[in-house]
Amino acid sequence: MLTIENLSTVYQSPSAKPVLAASDVNFSVPKGRLFTLLGPSGCGKTTTLRSIAGLERPTTGVITAGNRVVFSGDSKIFIAPNRRQFGMVFQSYAIWPHMSVFENAAFPLRVRSKRLPEKEIKDKVMKMLAAVSLDHLAERQATQLSGGQQQRLALARALVMEPELLLLDEPLSNLDAKLREKMRFELKKIQRELGITTIYVTHDQSEALALSHEIAVMNQGKIVQIGSPRDIYERPKTAFVADFIGSTNFIEGVIRDRSDHGYIVDSAIGSLAADRKDDLTVGTAVSMSIRPEDLRLSETPPTDTNHTVIQGTVSAKVFLGECIDFKIMVNEVELLARCHPSIRTPVGGTIYMSVDPLKCAILNGTASRTASLH
Amino acid sequence: MAMMTPTNEAMGLPGRVMRRLDTKWFVIGGATLVVAWLTLIPLGFLLWQSFHSTGTMQEPAVLTMENYITAFESAESLVLMGNSLQFAFLTAAFALVVGTFFAWVNERTNTPFKSLFFAMSIIPLIIPGILFTVSWIMLASPQIGILNKVFGSWFDIYSMAGMVWVDGLHYAPVAFLLVTAAFRSMDPSLEESAMMSGASVVQTAFKVTLKLAWPAILAAFIILFIRAIESFEVPALLGLPIGLRVFTSAIYDAVHSYPSNIGLASAYAVVLLLITSVGIYYQSRLSNQGSKYSTVTGKGFRPRVADIGRWRYLTGGIFILYVILVVGLPFLVLLWASLQRYYSVPSWNAVQHLSFNAYAKVLAYPGFYTAVWNSVKLALGGATIVMLLTSIICWITIRTKIQGRWLLDVLASLPLVFPGIVLGLSLMVFYLNFDIGIYATLWIMLMAYVIKFLPYGMRYNSTSMVQIHKELEESAAMSGASWLMTFRRVVLPLMKPGLMAGWIYIIVVSVRELSSSILLYSPGNEVISIMIWEFWQNGQYVELSAFGVMMITALFCFIMLVQSVSKRFGVKGM
Repeated sequence: MLTIENLSTVYQSPSAKPVLAASDVNFSVPKGRLFTLLGPSGCGKTTTLRSIAGLERPTTGVITAGNRVVFSGDSKIFIAPNRRQFGMVFQSYAIWPHMSVFENAAFPLRVRSKRLPEKEIKDKVMKMLAAVSLDHLAERQATQLSGGQQQRLALARALVMEPELLLLDEPLSNLDAKLREKMRFELKKIQRELGITTIYVTHDQSEALALSHEIAVMNQGKIVQIGSPRDIYERPKTAFVADFIGSTNFIEGVIRDRSDHGYIVDSAIGSLAADRKDDLTVGTAVSMSIRPEDLRLSETPPTDTNHTVIQGTVSAKVFLGECIDFKIMVNEVELLARCHPSIRTPVGGTIYMSVDPLKCAILNGTASRTASLH
Repeated sequence: MAMMTPTNEAMGLPGRVMRRLDTKWFVIGGATLVVAWLTLIPLGFLLWQSFHSTGTMQEPAVLTMENYITAFESAESLVLMGNSLQFAFLTAAFALVVGTFFAWVNERTNTPFKSLFFAMSIIPLIIPGILFTVSWIMLASPQIGILNKVFGSWFDIYSMAGMVWVDGLHYAPVAFLLVTAAFRSMDPSLEESAMMSGASVVQTAFKVTLKLAWPAILAAFIILFIRAIESFEVPALLGLPIGLRVFTSAIYDAVHSYPSNIGLASAYAVVLLLITSVGIYYQSRLSNQGSKYSTVTGKGFRPRVADIGRWRYLTGGIFILYVILVVGLPFLVLLWASLQRYYSVPSWNAVQHLSFNAYAKVLAYPGFYTAVWNSVKLALGGATIVMLLTSIICWITIRTKIQGRWLLDVLASLPLVFPGIVLGLSLMVFYLNFDIGIYATLWIMLMAYVIKFLPYGMRYNSTSMVQIHKELEESAAMSGASWLMTFRRVVLPLMKPGLMAGWIYIIVVSVRELSSSILLYSPGNEVISIMIWEFWQNGQYVELSAFGVMMITALFCFIMLVQSVSKRFGVKGM
């Protein structure tokens, strides 16, 4: 449905040197999917989204929506945002304070070149407002809505013209934590029900994991990894992805041998069975990532031989209610493990960790911060 | 729900896109050209004219330095320069002292009647300079001044002191507003810590408050200085009769002497322009520095006021005295004069002859309705054009990234350096020579008003433009609205409070405008302020007073109406 090819945006500024806001971005989104651009601020995700919207003009590349080229750097095609007919929800919601709830939602229908009869507008708008449960507030002034209601109104306004593509620019970031979680479910439900192709931009990894069919993690203007939420979380390709999505333990090592699932890696905390599909040479220095919850803790040595078992000493622990965080020293390396609060090993006690080789991911390149804890 | 399948019709064919873009660029280009035309022509032509002799039918204008030589060779010119600077400096200083005192009293002490202070600040809007000057002539001239009759002849309004007194009193509210803004943006804990260190109220005021507000006070002084040096009514009415000339009145004199000496007037105008330009330059530099002044932030603070005990009766008394001098006496003297058949000082005999004769005469005056109607047309037309034009200019300078947009900002603010009389002069001369059919019509006056009030429009519109989140426009574009549609249905409605406030302000100042109109009007195109001027020149004091009382009442009602309406609709910033 949407294809982005070799998209690059260079910001020229007279005073400083040019900034490469997006560089060689490529991805495509099948119809009906929710695709997320995830990354820290300044990573180029918003630039990419605004280029799709037409609010920014990229330097080079091609953007195709459906069978229509909306931007092409070479052929000098640039379709103005108002001619693209994409729905968009902005970070600030951008609800017009001088209009009622109804008029806000009706605006896209009213500014169309082909006029609709008033009755049809009313029907469409009310149906859309009902879908986001705002139909009872239609006559209210938009400024009287709460944050969550404004957010839903922004969504209704974006969807009322039945766009082929929905763009969401950090739509949940201005809501408080409780409401955010609720809206996350609602957004997912509406997207899945309407089956509308959606591009979602966020810096919040849990939002991305919860909502997306596919995630592209971006850093410094480039896409570093594209994959399903599970893929991205369990098999990060680089230290940046592993670090940005959730907390992790980085372990440095050297590949000693191949194994059934991947490789055996020698490291400061002992030999680890690690997962990796592609070819790596024996003897290469690598970094690995192990999620804290994938270090399974027990006070007695576990018997499951399939898993790597490491012995360590508890150096600190933090009780978090639903779970407990342990800091465990293994040969001068400190690891973070997260487990069920039923484990009560005291500080200074001996503890065993078992790691599923599938959960131990070998990264591209070495991590800049070795064995850092988050 | 079925998604709309994109059809070719909705696809935005390239040609269609180009046409859409064209409207936007057409409007932007048009607005830019209009502003450049409006502001650069008077300036450029004035410079040209000042280096040329006054052309006539027989002999064309030739390049010459004659005007500057005439303007500067004589000892009289030095006197002129000295008078202008002395008048402007003393007026600004007087207004600043009065204004700062009231700002401090209002913001920092528990003086009674404080709620009236801001009402006082709109007085100069309601009483036009020419009426204020005339009323002070009636109060303090050596021949007919009531105060001189009552208290013995001790005050001569026809003097430098008189000019400073009248203009200073009239500008004090401007100083009050400027300094109040500076006081409000000051962190009160800085003053509270001075109090905690044992400083008295007055010590705190002088050692902390005033010192911190110093850049703002200096900027206010420069603004007042520029206003005073541009001031026309007071020097013309009070200075010219005794031969005390400043630049503005000298320009008027040069144009109105026979034969009129346009070249000399232009040379004076260029010198005046240089002075105001330097002033504006330093003022803008100071306000830039002011924003860097770490203690004075942009936040609005409302500090606790100090209890000044019994002194508050003194400060309250001074305030009442000021109100009497600025509103009470001037209005009463006009009212008194308007109820006479022939002007006479108050006496029992005169009281017995009160009549509304003068009002009847004014209303039956041949040019009365024309003048009022002209003023209304010019005020409404000028205000509307300025606000719409500057809304586009502000949009360009704030929203777009077009190269050189700062230049547009400078152009639209350029009229700030034009004293009204200089603007009138350059427009008059240019359109006299370059005949496009607007000379001696209302159109040339409309043009003058638009140019003169362009900077006000910029100020009101840019304040409201920066408050509109960019995404509000972008979401309209995403909803399919074209640029024009977005501007009309989203940007302008959101700017409405600022647009309305600026519109009303420009209407009020247009009605009082004299210094440009005085050189541009022609018989049949008189406006209200010109009619007052003519009454004065003809010695029709009684009619003048009646007309003045009606005008003040009308302006007062208009402002009251606007304030009550704007409270209901949330229009701020009058």
